Amino acid sequence: MNRYDYVRPDTIADAIAALNNPDARALAGGTNLVDLMKYDVARPALVVDINRLPLKAIDISDNELRVGALVSNSELAWHPEIRARWPLLSSAILAGASPQLRNAATTGGNLLQRTRCYYFYDPSTACNKRQPGSGCSAIGGVNRIHAILGASDQCIAVHPSDMCVALAALDAVVDVEGPQGRRSIPFSGFHRLPDDEPDRDNMLKQGELITSVSIPEPHFGVHHTYLKLRDRLSYAFALVSVAAALEIENGVIKDARIALGGVAHKPWRDFDAELALRGEAADTRVFETVALRILSDAKGQGDNDFKIDLAHRAIVRALKQSAAGTPQDQADKAIQ
Amino acid sequence: MSVIEQMHVGRPTSRVDGRLKVTGQAQYAAEYAADDLLYGYIVGSTIAAGRIVSMDLAVARHMPGVVEVFTHENRGKAAWLDRKWRDEVAPPGHPFRPLHSDRILFDGQPVALVVAETFEAARDAASLIKVAYDVDPHCTELERKRNEAYVPPKKRSGIPPPPDPRGDAEQAFVDAPIKISRDYRVNPEHHNPMEMFGTTCVFEGDGKLTVCDKTQGSQNTQGYVTSVFGLSSDDVRVVNQYVGGAFGSGLRPQQQVFFAVMASLELKRSVRVTLTRAQMFHIGYRPDTYQTVSLAASDDGRLQSIMHDAVAATSHYEDYQEAVVNWSGMMYHCDNVKLTYQLAKLDTATPCDMRAPGAAIGVTALECALDELSYELGIDPLEMRRINFAEKDENTNKEFTSNALMACYCEGAAAFGWEARKPQPLSMRDGRELIGWGVSTGMWDAFLQKAQASATLKDDGTLEVATAASDIGTGTWTILTQIGADAFGLPLKDVKAKIGDSSLPMSPVEGGSWTAASNGSAVQAACDALKQSLFRLATKMANSPLSDASFEEIDVKGHRIFRKDDPARGLAISEIMHAGELSELTEQGKVSPSLIQMMKYISYTHSAVFAEVRVDEDLGVVRVSRIVCAAAAGKILNPKTARSQILGGVVMGIGMALHEEGMTDHRIGKIMNANFGEYHIPAHADVEDIEVIFVDEKDDKVSPIGVKGLGEIGIVGTAAAVANAIYHATGKRVRDFPITIDKILSAPQLS
Repeated sequence: MNRYDYVRPDTIADAIAALNNPDARALAGGTNLVDLMKYDVARPALVVDINRLPLKAIDISDNELRVGALVSNSELAWHPEIRARWPLLSSAILAGASPQLRNAATTGGNLLQRTRCYYFYDPSTACNKRQPGSGCSAIGGVNRIHAILGASDQCIAVHPSDMCVALAALDAVVDVEGPQGRRSIPFSGFHRLPDDEPDRDNMLKQGELITSVSIPEPHFGVHHTYLKLRDRLSYAFALVSVAAALEIENGVIKDARIALGGVAHKPWRDFDAELALRGEAADTRVFETVALRILSDAKGQGDNDFKIDLAHRAIVRALKQSAAGTPQDQADKAIQ
Repeated sequence: MSVIEQMHVGRPTSRVDGRLKVTGQAQYAAEYAADDLLYGYIVGSTIAAGRIVSMDLAVARHMPGVVEVFTHENRGKAAWLDRKWRDEVAPPGHPFRPLHSDRILFDGQPVALVVAETFEAARDAASLIKVAYDVDPHCTELERKRNEAYVPPKKRSGIPPPPDPRGDAEQAFVDAPIKISRDYRVNPEHHNPMEMFGTTCVFEGDGKLTVCDKTQGSQNTQGYVTSVFGLSSDDVRVVNQYVGGAFGSGLRPQQQVFFAVMASLELKRSVRVTLTRAQMFHIGYRPDTYQTVSLAASDDGRLQSIMHDAVAATSHYEDYQEAVVNWSGMMYHCDNVKLTYQLAKLDTATPCDMRAPGAAIGVTALECALDELSYELGIDPLEMRRINFAEKDENTNKEFTSNALMACYCEGAAAFGWEARKPQPLSMRDGRELIGWGVSTGMWDAFLQKAQASATLKDDGTLEVATAASDIGTGTWTILTQIGADAFGLPLKDVKAKIGDSSLPMSPVEGGSWTAASNGSAVQAACDALKQSLFRLATKMANSPLSDASFEEIDVKGHRIFRKDDPARGLAISEIMHAGELSELTEQGKVSPSLIQMMKYISYTHSAVFAEVRVDEDLGVVRVSRIVCAAAAGKILNPKTARSQILGGVVMGIGMALHEEGMTDHRIGKIMNANFGEYHIPAHADVEDIEVIFVDEKDDKVSPIGVKGLGEIGIVGTAAAVANAIYHATGKRVRDFPITIDKILSAPQLS
């Protein structure tokens, strides 16, 4: 960990001014940034502690939830009205990390957490995300946890968040403020694929700060689930996770959302596949077909080849859970 | 209060050090205060083999607060001869010498130590050191070295090599009607106790050092430090009062103690050096091991041939050895046995003992193979084990001092409900979950080591018992207190145990599950001697009411010594001390194994482990829903801490079965998951119901106090029981540990 300067602004304007500097990093819960600093992966010259900013509100209106960037993952997940009206979001948050981490981690920080790629964390290895142009050691290396969709020959890392998978499925919008003012970014356009710029995880510009995340109220009733498969039953990043939601009328699918975690550089949604489900029967045959479709371009890297089959099975099971109205209970380690 | 109620041994007793630990008052190695303390931070190599060409230290040296940067070019003076670097438990070879030369032997090898006024400055400066290497080819992949495996020419002290073959295992295998031959692998595991390695070397200024070290043996570390640095044992005191787990990783002095002492001697100041969690992966580990087990039986299930071959990883500089295959020659009766154990050299640090070294992986392979054979035979796996029960140790032809394994099977099976098991795989389910039940035998040595202790009565009637033992979380503080309390009929609060200090009476390292038996017996012997001494003083007093009593006729309880047949006739201990003008009375006790007895007898702890797993039929997700571990371990001193030992072992066994695996990128010779996020150990959610049963076992030969030890038996057999249960649930046999979700999905289904 290097020496760095530290400021703790009281206003969003001051924070943005401080962050308008390529060597500055915003500190919220610190659950990821501080680790990265200890590993010498992040070496900011300036740490901007944003914990005093007025971004801690949860606003619930008739049909929208707006979550301040500094709302903790725990507060969000356990909020009674969110549990009742945005249960998929609550469930996905509770599938991740541990209670201690969720108490500290924030909404904005969750979106901005970096990949858990082993090589990204080891400065002695080549990593285009950490050091552009140095190469990708994960290709041909230990890549059990790496991407099967949307990877490039520059980077095969995955985004590790659970919450973001639900936010993707729920068509959330990310509200940001920066030197050029405010803008809103649809969730599917917030994170990006690695292409030839794997050092960029998302579409934020220099100096931009996430202020809140807005989520329309879903209309899926009990027909949703967050299913997470991992290498132990708790406190592990997803090998594959699925946020699924269905609107069903008389056994026929009217609307469908399927977002995958642990498989790509961003929460993965296939809008065409979702559209194709409309008008289909909510049965296993249809679920198998859509799983095949979503994974038709999936490509393994060796150690992670199994994730293609695992993702297929997870999609089918998650859709079954959704159709049956039996969302996965994150406290119950048996899968429904 | 009745006599029975006063006994502490055998009663569930909370840790006497528990309050100190949970209130933060128990000091661990890196918590000792010292004036003017400096902090050292280790810089590790980023290559697996080669030489250091140059080091750019200028930036680091000029960082504010940096006092010195040590490398192989300016390392402090240390011993030249190899043997000076050997510790009590070193395997044959050339012990690793930090900063000895420009040569790199493994990834993460220390190449520099930055010493600074603060930890933060040292760490920051360490990150700015640039090292240029001349890289040599390396190999960290055991598979590629199997064809170069060799029988270690020099045996490691204390580790029996495989026994000579008996009968004709190959021919018996050919002749037998039912047989299997299978390959198993347990991937490398890393100990990772909660407390990371740390040393605070206090420079006392009068030529003396107090070395507060995380170690399983204060006297082993003391011997190492004095030998390496040419110091007198009078000048080096090693303290390890509290140790936050070790699992074997603290048996040998680790690199941080060398660095702290070296820097302290060079800079003439107190120095603290701690390892990071990532650095904990570059010290000893449970070696990658390939095993082949071939078993053959007659139609009635009697074993006709056992062959077990293992190839295990070691480093280029030492031949680390453990008993992997020997168990296959003694767990079951068989006349035709052939066992081999070979090593292959990799460019890694030397492996080291990790909880039940050898047995944890060797028994896993044997017990999975036996399970496979039982299905071939159509015999219940538990019955299979009973049929082949060994009446004696057939490797050595010695009698067991005791063996309650049959009772373990019986009581474990009853508690588990084994009789309700349906024999066919895929025959039990609950909704989408396939249920499987598996069993394994467990076995571990019951050692008695040479140990000494002292017992001291104070004039206030309290007792102090002392031995240089270590408590690595096992409960040693508590059981020694219990033994002392019972010897003098005192409440626990009137007994003080002193351990974790090299200046105390001689103790072996805390390992091999021998501490309770060895140090416990030494404390008992010291207390017995002290009672004798007290009795002699009592009888010599003028008008002593005990003048006509023999030692056998007296008892000591509640600060008094008195006649058993007439408790009113006796003396207060304070009166005796007063009469003798003594402020305290001390005696020594010691134990050592009986060589005569050892010619005829051998001692082991046994267990039967029963596991229930639930496996999602589509997704391959495994839950270990129940484990019953029935253990026979002689006398149980403290059922509470003893149970905790078994629980911990079982949880680690679940980790071996399902989670733990150091993942190396063999292209660069690096462990890639060197952190707790990605090196998986069982989380709470992975541990459900564990029932521990202690089977009654009386053994008057294993140790003077009848204790066998419990630190390791809990892990032995657990991974096999889980794997066997997974097969019973799914019809899929995974022979490569850990059994992760991908292996279950890809394993061929029973046809």
